[in-house]
Amino acid sequence: MPIGINGAVVSLWQLKKDFGQVGAVRDVSLEIGAGEFLTLLGPSGSGKSTTLMMVAGFETPTGGDIAIDGKSVIGVSPHRRNIGMVFQNYALFPHLTVAANIGFPLKQRGIGRAERDRMIKNTLDLVRLPGYGDRYPRQLSGGQQQRVALARAIVFNPRLLLMDEPLGALDKQLRESLQLEMRRLHADLSITFIYVTHDQEEALTMSDRIAVMNEGHIVQLGRPEDLYDRPCSRFVASFLGESNFLPGIVHGFQDDSLVIADCAGTMLRAVTPTGDGPEVGQKVVLTMRPERMKFANGVDSPNCNRMRARVTEAIFAGERCRYLLAAPDGTAMVLKEPSGAAVRRRAVGEMAEITWSAADTVVV
Amino acid sequence: MSDAVAPASLAPRLTVNWRALTPLLLVAPLVLFLLVFYAFPVMAMLLRSVAEPTWTLSNYVALSGDSVFLHVFWTTLRTAIAVTAGCLLLGFPVALTLARPGRTASIALIVVLLPFWTSILVRSYAWMVLLGRHGLLNEALLTAGAIDRPLRILNTSIAVHIAMIHILLPYMILPIANVLRQIDPSLARAALGLGATPFRVFREIVLPLSMPGVAAGVLLVFVLSLGFYITPALVGGPRDMTVSMLIAQQVDQLNWPYAACLSTALLVVTLAIMALFQFAFGVGRALRVAER
Repeated sequence: MPIGINGAVVSLWQLKKDFGQVGAVRDVSLEIGAGEFLTLLGPSGSGKSTTLMMVAGFETPTGGDIAIDGKSVIGVSPHRRNIGMVFQNYALFPHLTVAANIGFPLKQRGIGRAERDRMIKNTLDLVRLPGYGDRYPRQLSGGQQQRVALARAIVFNPRLLLMDEPLGALDKQLRESLQLEMRRLHADLSITFIYVTHDQEEALTMSDRIAVMNEGHIVQLGRPEDLYDRPCSRFVASFLGESNFLPGIVHGFQDDSLVIADCAGTMLRAVTPTGDGPEVGQKVVLTMRPERMKFANGVDSPNCNRMRARVTEAIFAGERCRYLLAAPDGTAMVLKEPSGAAVRRRAVGEMAEITWSAADTVVV
Repeated sequence: MSDAVAPASLAPRLTVNWRALTPLLLVAPLVLFLLVFYAFPVMAMLLRSVAEPTWTLSNYVALSGDSVFLHVFWTTLRTAIAVTAGCLLLGFPVALTLARPGRTASIALIVVLLPFWTSILVRSYAWMVLLGRHGLLNEALLTAGAIDRPLRILNTSIAVHIAMIHILLPYMILPIANVLRQIDPSLARAALGLGATPFRVFREIVLPLSMPGVAAGVLLVFVLSLGFYITPALVGGPRDMTVSMLIAQQVDQLNWPYAACLSTALLVVTLAIMALFQFAFGVGRALRVAER
């Protein structure tokens, strides 16, 4: 296996794509590092697939530029771009065997039969399908077809691999095991991956960085933990995991870094993801993750928010209990508590004191 | 099965299982119709070829040595091959156009179907007008100065080929377009992305995957060509007599056993070709593959 990074650097500059009157992609600029695993994450219609298709060359941008290793690829036909691509429905050639499918890109590059067979065998080993070369795609399960599609996309050593929701058609368990395999492959090959998905868990699990897209724009770009802990907008907070939102009014500041907000009479402290804080008296929304909140146990730590809330529903969901709460102003909130024999279950209607760290509270 | 169910399960045995009979009942009227008006006359005709004047195979023995029959049969076969090849060459590009989504495809479909709905007789007469000695084609070529004397096209095998290709083209185009439409467009994209030139995408992906449609189109056009009557009779010459024309001529002369013999020969050849296609292409199996 190759040592070191041999992936391509991909730069998108003010990329645009209009379909008639509709702007599918509007002004996307992004620099993807060599060997990076970048995920374009967003709901359907956010422009993530169109962006990927433009990198692959199947769609022509209406504006902007795409450069791979510093060279613009606008106007370069897809078959000259030397990019590996995995489609959502795998797009395996039904009339060709697994070996012929994987050998297809090698044949196009004029690689001789013996060398081809050797490379096909190596790649089949790499995707853990040794001995499957003589079968036809229809004789394979969905997960196996997916691996063949992956093998076909990497067999010719491309420096860039594009994947368009490759796990979308598989069941949850298979998806999780293939996510781990893709991470392993990415580490082994050390080529640049651009991955498109609408599944936030998939994006968080696999990516070095995630670009969250909505309505043709990148709304936030960052490492998974940054995006999860410091969402910059209500959209990102609710699209990536579950979030609570509390409206409030800025009351003041603490140590220059924390915002103090008045949420229906309760003073809550929060951080701002961007650094430039709001002004006193401004209306804001605070967001926090349900699993970062807990029922107070009397021990008070500094820089913690506290609030009284009423339990409106208690749901046991195996590894954790899920509580629906009503904040003093009536806002519905969710709190997740790990389940356990020593944990007291709360009853519906009970008034409880809940607490969470100010660092886990974000002004959006 | 519990014991409590047993008495109830006896009941259906005594009544007719209508549910199972429903499909049979639904097709029964047509089957009956075909038996009376198709199967029975065909059998009677086949019988005639061996039962007249007495029980004998002499009609077939005579046929195999009959130079007129052999010539006519060869003409029919040659015409069918030429027409099928012409339809395939002209029809495949049209099918490719039809399979692409968009406006052009809708217009092309209308252009293909419009003549398809017009009577064969009308279209054959139209070709007579077009190809005749003083037809539109000759007049145009004369006016343009491309030729000095009118070309003799009508009443030649060329006219037969042109008219039959025109009439049979939809039978080639529609099955091929249908199969092409079912090919997942991401396959061509994938092939392109893997480094195949557009020509190789066509040759290695689109063409092999379209084969079930090609097989169906070729079979349809070839079999229909074998039995063509009106068009060769109207635009062909005396040397272009086909088996069906010979049959009509024999019936006119009330030579029923000979006509029955010819019909049987045509039927057997047609069935043999269909069996060959089934064997070579496995039309049914191939179609299932194309659907995936």
